[in-house]
Amino acid sequence: MRHLEQLPPWAAVVIALLVVTGASLTVLGGLGLVRLKSFYQRLHAPTLGYSYGTLLIVLASMLMFTLLEGRVVVHEVMIGIFIMATTPITLLMLGRAALRRDRDAKLGHDEAVPPRIPREDRPAEPRGQTGHGEGLEDAGLLPDAEREERERADQARD
Amino acid sequence: MSSEILRFALGYAQIALILALALACWRMLRGPRAQDRVLALDTMYMNAMLLFLVIGMVNGNVFFFEGALVIAVLGFVATVCAAKFLMRGEVIE
Repeated sequence: MRHLEQLPPWAAVVIALLVVTGASLTVLGGLGLVRLKSFYQRLHAPTLGYSYGTLLIVLASMLMFTLLEGRVVVHEVMIGIFIMATTPITLLMLGRAALRRDRDAKLGHDEAVPPRIPREDRPAEPRGQTGHGEGLEDAGLLPDAEREERERADQARD
Repeated sequence: MSSEILRFALGYAQIALILALALACWRMLRGPRAQDRVLALDTMYMNAMLLFLVIGMVNGNVFFFEGALVIAVLGFVATVCAAKFLMRGEVIE
């Protein structure tokens, strides 16, 4: 703990603020992970820790070791860049896996999962470039009133 | 005085991160489905990494940084593999 006394007072206060804010945001993310109701909501909660928690604690660590060693210490940036690059990939893959599993399981959900369109109901010609652009209208899932209104609008436009 | 503030802040950060680890661990044990467990495991990796950074600051030791980096890399690989397994039923196709 001797090294803490070598820091100038302003740096100690700044580092303390950064560390306390980062750790508090991480705990809030953990609380969200426990308290939110459905998986798709829970997917968002820990990103507080992933983004702000990592950013603030990495900044505090960089500032502290830069002042302690009297030279610029920036290797903590590697962690920051790595986390910023990988978190969207992992959470995207996890969310897609969960969506696929939910559609397969046909469980009751507290949140609407977009329906899977059966193969025979899909349009023969793929729409758009990927072929994944089928909307509710193509699947015949829109309520009749809404579809008629849309057709009327289309005719008026023609 | 200022070092007292910093010491208190680092202690608070350690306790808070351990609390976050405990909350994620509760979610991992509770479930209810596999994707919740994987998400909670990923959160635990992240909290452990931040805890390593804070412990490195408490000890004034730069080498905890390497442990944190290894945890971050392993967490990424583990979560991607688990998500792929949940999606396809196998990891390597």
